[in-house]
Amino acid sequence: MAQLALLLRLARRSVLRNRRRTLIILVAIGVALWAMIFFAALTRGWENDVVHNAIFTLTGHLQAHAPGYRDDPSVDHTMSTPGSAVIRLLDNPEVEAWAQRVRVPAVVMSEHDTAGVTLVGIDPAAERGLSFIADAVHRGRYLDSPDDHGILIGRALADRLGTGLGKRVVVMSQGTDHSVADLGFRVVGLFEGDREATEMAYVFVGRGTAATMLGLGDRVSEVAVMLRDRRRLPSFVARLRAAAPGLEVQPWTTLEPMAQAMVALGQAWIWMFFIVMYVAMAFGLINTMLMAVMERTREFGMLQALGMRPRLILTQVVFESCLLLAAGTVAGVGLAAGTLALLHGGINLSFLAQGAEMWGMGKVIYPAAAAGDVIGAVGLVVVLGVLSSVYPAWRAARRVPIEAITRN
Amino acid sequence: MTARDAGSPLSPQRPGFRLYLRLAWRNLWRNPRRTLLTLSAVAFAAVVLVFMVSMQLGGYGAMIRGAIGVFTGDLQVQAHGYHAKKRLRTAIGDAAEVEARVATVPGVTAIASRAEAYALVSSASRTYGAMIVGVEPTKEPSVSTIPRTIRKGHYLSGPSADEAVVGQALASNLSLTVGDEITVLGQGLDGSLAVAALKVVGIFSSGVPELDRQTVEMPLASFQSSFLLGDRVHTIVVRTSGLEAVPHVAAAITTTLAQHRGLVVLRWDQLLEGLKQGIAMDAAVGWFLYTALVLVVTFSILNTFLMSVLERTRELGVLLALGTRPRFLSRVVVLESAILLLLGLAFGTLAGAGLTAYAGVHGIAFSSSEELLAQWSLPARLYPRLDLLSLTLGPAAILLATMAAALFPARRIRRLRPVDAMKAV
Repeated sequence: MAQLALLLRLARRSVLRNRRRTLIILVAIGVALWAMIFFAALTRGWENDVVHNAIFTLTGHLQAHAPGYRDDPSVDHTMSTPGSAVIRLLDNPEVEAWAQRVRVPAVVMSEHDTAGVTLVGIDPAAERGLSFIADAVHRGRYLDSPDDHGILIGRALADRLGTGLGKRVVVMSQGTDHSVADLGFRVVGLFEGDREATEMAYVFVGRGTAATMLGLGDRVSEVAVMLRDRRRLPSFVARLRAAAPGLEVQPWTTLEPMAQAMVALGQAWIWMFFIVMYVAMAFGLINTMLMAVMERTREFGMLQALGMRPRLILTQVVFESCLLLAAGTVAGVGLAAGTLALLHGGINLSFLAQGAEMWGMGKVIYPAAAAGDVIGAVGLVVVLGVLSSVYPAWRAARRVPIEAITRN
Repeated sequence: MTARDAGSPLSPQRPGFRLYLRLAWRNLWRNPRRTLLTLSAVAFAAVVLVFMVSMQLGGYGAMIRGAIGVFTGDLQVQAHGYHAKKRLRTAIGDAAEVEARVATVPGVTAIASRAEAYALVSSASRTYGAMIVGVEPTKEPSVSTIPRTIRKGHYLSGPSADEAVVGQALASNLSLTVGDEITVLGQGLDGSLAVAALKVVGIFSSGVPELDRQTVEMPLASFQSSFLLGDRVHTIVVRTSGLEAVPHVAAAITTTLAQHRGLVVLRWDQLLEGLKQGIAMDAAVGWFLYTALVLVVTFSILNTFLMSVLERTRELGVLLALGTRPRFLSRVVVLESAILLLLGLAFGTLAGAGLTAYAGVHGIAFSSSEELLAQWSLPARLYPRLDLLSLTLGPAAILLATMAAALFPARRIRRLRPVDAMKAV
């Protein structure tokens, strides 16, 4: 143990002997780690945003539908309201929120223009904590009850239709008897979405009003569920499937395959970049250690002649690179933490909102360092870095003393 | 040739370049391992940059060509205000004349007119809202790929037939097959009800989810009579000889149409602003990554340059004491670095070009993310594009950054004092 402490001291002194060289390699390691962590945090921020959007827009953690609804989301594929077994499961403390909805394709007409939308009939109170809509109304009011006669439309859609708060619009959709059902609504609220696509895609009315308009009675299109803990998702899906055997119960990962694919893509990008940065940095590290070893050929020869074992020399050199890596890691992680702290309010992309939307992003992206990525980056750099310093260390240790001392 | 012929560093006349070169080359191979490692670092960075930049530019090209080729076109002539608010009455009145004028502009390779309206589409059992597009059946295939992606049936047969082709997703939502009838219900120009009964003759799958989900195409003449448009159209779609030609073709069309009031010429990057911004954003992330890589490589090899000077301090001291000019020595050192960098970049660029060319022929498949790529109008197989820009951009950046690093140790030589230097270890 004392021997190791001595070796460590020798290593520290050697590292500090040539400060400039040490500083330069520290910058290389630090910048590499900083870029790795920062890029991973950006990618995770993007992923989180995509996933958050997928879940909070309307999907929730999981949904139940009548079989066939996903292929043909019309009034022909509805289900009766959940039975008591299902209600018992949904009313348990694992569930953060759940709601039933009527959700069908529809057309909205103002006096100026027409647009295709998805008509969503909601229980206003139940949507709190489940979807974005409860907190998204920025002008006017939210719906009061399932039988509210008002309609909420997105700000962008209102623009496009040339309508506004207090004006009337007509919603048309297909009723259960296959005729066109239509109903006039007064716009009681304008909502803002994180993405323009959301504002254009959905209009919200009371579930009771929608059911009356479509002739659905108390049948619904979907049940959406938000869990308190996302990790319980697989087991909850299994239980709900058992409780409601006639329904299709699917987690958000199945319902939103795009979000899932983006997450997979992000993961691949992160690791590709990690490896490229590591290789670029490793060349510098190996070269620096090789130089540090070469210029001390005589010193190592002398030490060996005095009886120091080759193994200890090898250990000392590996220690030196450990010290460099450790200091570089501290610098890199510190720099990354500082950068992320500066950006903790998010990066505002609203000036590129349409471009952001193309990549599935909202208007603000919050870089989020995931512990796994930081550990991965540091692990990769430190573990492989130490391994790559074994070669210079081995060269230092294998010198024959006499040859090394007499050589100049 | 001996050193004397080339001019000795000690002689009063200026030493020749060959002498510099020989000294630099010899110094370089004094420590072959270090030189090779440094060379590999530079080559590695060059390979990565050439490949990634080619992938990126190839991807952007594919994205843009995909997005504009399907439906939008290179540029469009529209009535002022139509792009922001697609109103039926914001139309081009003298369409035939405008089209004829645009067709004479050099660089225009294809042209077609369209009219558009949002309407309700009903099949026997379903009703959906959809974008109805009136097209010229004979000209449309030259500006859009939709006519070529008919999966079932055929494209519109004549200019005034009561026919329609429907996007695949919309057809399945409406439970339609080829031969079925649809009813289009919308608002005519005068506010009255516009009705058209059409026979579905084809179902297309353009690959762009948005189009496949909500587009119905019908002959322009039938559209104009159903929606009471007369001979007005909404957009005149233009294809040009290539993406590079778009800006000046757009300018030329604007000049040609100067006397037609209320018309605007919009380029693809104005029509598809999201695409342009998305590319700008992706490029910004790319530059961040490349800058980080170049920085790390530069610092990685800065040590090599520095050490090759430091370990020769004594030798340099002796040379200075003998009267060699510091400028000569620092030039040799810079030349050393330059040779090393150029060699590394040459190898790296060649290897990168080889790798890219191979991928350019075979393509890189992203089998599991096909749907995701389609959303960005990218094909399932990506082909990196190797051109002068993608080949030189990365290596040039590396050269600039590393040469700047190489100047740093060379500067030290000028500050060396012979006596102290000779005493150095």
